Amino acid sequence: MSTETPVQPPAPGKKVNRIGLEPAAYRGGKTTLCAGCGHNAITERLIESFYELGIEPTQVVKLSGIGCSSKAPAYFLNAAHGFNSVHGRMPSVATGAVVSNRTLIAVGVSGDGDTGAIGIGQFVHLMRRNLPIVYIIEDNGCYGLTKGQFSPTADLGSTLKSGVVNDLPPIDTCALAIELGASFVARSFSGDPKQLKAILKAAISHRGTSMIDVISPCVTFNDHEGSTKSYSYVKDHDEPLADVSFVPYFEDIAVEYDPGSTQEVRLHNGSRIMLSKLAEDYQPTDKMSALRLLHETTSRGEYATGVIYIEPDKQDFVDMLGIVDEPLSMLTEAQTRPGKAVLDELMQSFG
Amino acid sequence: MSVTDVAVQETPSQSRTERIVNNFAIQVATVNGSGSQTANLVLLRSIFQMGVPVSGKNMFPSNIAGLPTWYTIRTSAKGYIGRKKEVDFLVAMNPETAREDVLTLPPGSAAVYDEPLKLKDLRTDVVFYPVPFDKLITAITHDAKLRRLVRNMIYDGVLSRLLSIDMAQMEKALRKQLGKKEKAIVLNMSALKAGYDYAEANLPKLDPFVIEPMNKTQGMILIEGNDAAAIGCLMAGVTFVGWYPITPSSSLCESLIGYLKKYRRDPETGKATYAVIQAEDEIAALGMVIGASWVGARAMTSTAGPGISLMAEFTGLGYYTEVPAVIFDIQRVGPSTGLPTRTAQQDMLSAAVLSHGDTKHPMLIPSSVTECYTMAMEAFDLAERLQTPVFVMSDLDLGMNTWMSYPFEYPTRPLDRGKRLDEATLQKIGEFARYRDVDGDGIPYRTVPGDGLPAYFVRGSGHNEKAQYSERADDYANNLDRLARKFETARTLVPKPEVDMVPGARIGLIAYGTSHWAIVESRDQIKSEQGIDVSYLRLRAYPFTREVAEFIDRCDRVYLVEQNRDAQMLGLLKMECTPAQFAKLRSIRHYIGLPLDGRSVTTELLKQERSA
Repeated sequence: MSTETPVQPPAPGKKVNRIGLEPAAYRGGKTTLCAGCGHNAITERLIESFYELGIEPTQVVKLSGIGCSSKAPAYFLNAAHGFNSVHGRMPSVATGAVVSNRTLIAVGVSGDGDTGAIGIGQFVHLMRRNLPIVYIIEDNGCYGLTKGQFSPTADLGSTLKSGVVNDLPPIDTCALAIELGASFVARSFSGDPKQLKAILKAAISHRGTSMIDVISPCVTFNDHEGSTKSYSYVKDHDEPLADVSFVPYFEDIAVEYDPGSTQEVRLHNGSRIMLSKLAEDYQPTDKMSALRLLHETTSRGEYATGVIYIEPDKQDFVDMLGIVDEPLSMLTEAQTRPGKAVLDELMQSFG
Repeated sequence: MSVTDVAVQETPSQSRTERIVNNFAIQVATVNGSGSQTANLVLLRSIFQMGVPVSGKNMFPSNIAGLPTWYTIRTSAKGYIGRKKEVDFLVAMNPETAREDVLTLPPGSAAVYDEPLKLKDLRTDVVFYPVPFDKLITAITHDAKLRRLVRNMIYDGVLSRLLSIDMAQMEKALRKQLGKKEKAIVLNMSALKAGYDYAEANLPKLDPFVIEPMNKTQGMILIEGNDAAAIGCLMAGVTFVGWYPITPSSSLCESLIGYLKKYRRDPETGKATYAVIQAEDEIAALGMVIGASWVGARAMTSTAGPGISLMAEFTGLGYYTEVPAVIFDIQRVGPSTGLPTRTAQQDMLSAAVLSHGDTKHPMLIPSSVTECYTMAMEAFDLAERLQTPVFVMSDLDLGMNTWMSYPFEYPTRPLDRGKRLDEATLQKIGEFARYRDVDGDGIPYRTVPGDGLPAYFVRGSGHNEKAQYSERADDYANNLDRLARKFETARTLVPKPEVDMVPGARIGLIAYGTSHWAIVESRDQIKSEQGIDVSYLRLRAYPFTREVAEFIDRCDRVYLVEQNRDAQMLGLLKMECTPAQFAKLRSIRHYIGLPLDGRSVTTELLKQERSA
């Protein structure tokens, strides 16, 4: 999902990116989320990623469902069109939009309730279609906007502030996404800016569904002892699979690496993800290995973070549809209304 | 009309009754899945080819195979194509229903039946024609599967002989139906001939029913409403379809897919200039349509009642965020699963105000296959012009039954893509505010992603005219008031009703959709039998245009006829009436799952007139 925008010569004295835009061009409205909310950190990483990748903001569309997470698209890329839709149904809106204008880069922001509960059906089908989109779950294990009820990603045995214990096992959205056909699946932590930014840049550069579950603590309702989505718990149980670094296609950098300990994954546009292996038996291009790893780390009560699974060359949904290169939304009457001969032929067939 | 005491096969062929020409109904009772559709359509088409006005109504179960199904073909020299209640000529092929089918026949009718069913002793006032179908089919093919497929064609042959339907027309209709499948044609022709020959040799004509050639169908076509709507969508330049299968709507999108595949390929690359996605449910189907429309595609979905219920939330989003959408509702009988294969007009009220909060939506209401075609195109134009979801309220009777029509005309107006902002307009208005009423018609300007114009943020939450989040009381109320103003604009843009004001008539009828065909007949009945003139207004859209109030004002009493229990359209109308208009309104309702017939309207109207 890359876009070719002519590189602008930088204006003297100003900090600009490769297309001549200042960081401010990537900012959005002022956040109304709580101070310290993990979601704000994710927003910052998105702003940095788009800026550093030099993507034209008007080339991006931002979509979300309902919830604290889903407010986030208003806080980055003001120049991009945004759609804060209905609870759990952002995937369908995104599907219609991306198919109808295939040149857009879509970022979908959802939460653990928006995705895992009310929206699990649409989530499942978006993953299954491998729709080109960056799908971010800002995952805090609770419903923030309705004051802290459990969501379906809350871990078994974790507690609410009031002491209520969660009796149900969590849905692992990463395992689900891999199983269903998403071609880029990652997990990260809002408190790990370096890893998150590298993953976001890679996700934006990947063509297909990039699903990123970002553990993003809710400072107000789920940051206490007994929570497994608190800052301190996640810091203690974060098991990075590898050091993730991203080399965009436009940076012609020869990276020295030891093929014994580092894996390079090349994306469709020539960008590269460098994974310096830390975990044993970690094979991000192998589905079974990725799923096994998730199950093993989860059973130890740990969060395996990093790029968990990637299939860089998988056909995406838009390509599968066999549609024209031009956006469907921009086709003219001449291209879309058949001539009189067609109607005559049809009428003949019913005569 | 009375044929008395007929002892089948022994009575001489001299009938004492007058002949009934081109004015009777044939009903074929079969088992679902027995392949009777080809035989029924060949029968319908051959009568049509003889120039006789005809209509076909399929009454089928929610089942793939094994349950009873009835196909009724009405011939009418006068051109009535609504349902007729009485069956005049029965073809009883289904052992399960044969007894009841025969017992409910009116006196003087006739019945062809499968000989082993032994029906002739059930009635003395019906002409019976036993036909040994199994014996006849055995002589045609040894293949058990093929026997099952062509067995029904035998009754076409029998009817050809008994009703004087030209065999050459039968063959022509069969070829039209089967296309180039020469082997199938040969096999079916021999079944047709076997039936004809058997009837000629063994069944002397004892009933009064006859088809004679006319010239009333020249240049016409036979088409189902869903096919007609699909052609309308094709000609409307649809670029995005999101749908979920549901009876009786599926055939609309399925036909459309066929047309798109054939006629909407880029001439150079062969790639599709459209996308069709079969969604995971109706919620997603409309969600996709909204997403597609938001970025500027011409997008639609098609569904029926249960899907409409599921689409409620997204419809409200479309209304409040002002995203166009075209939603076909091919209505069926509810509530809940209801009778999924029967017809009704039961979604009128729920569609008009679908979703929570203050919402209202334009509805276009086709009565004919021609309007399925034209209103499909109008719906896309209106949805984009008004930037809101627009419903096309068809029904199963219109959508899935075969109707005569003149060929559709090629559209003369260009597509109306509505108020899309461009550079020149932006210069003129100075600043882009997505929800600002620049022109005073309640319709703001919009931009779409990728058009190079200013972006905005779509949200279902409260917003001001710049599309910014707002909980301010004045922002909220101003926006709602503008949406109401936009609905008033819709009132001036939707199709006007068709009005036939009879000078001196005191009674008025209002109806919509497929009820129209019953009204046409009922008015003639009331005039010819009672000498009473009745004026008529056929609604073609919601919101109501000013013609509706004028019509009510000019009548003493107005009966609103509709196919639902709760007088849904009447309810909508009463919301807008003056007390004087309100007092004139009465209701005739029909909700048995079968299309409305003229006689029922006549009887009910006269009953209410008497008790007035």
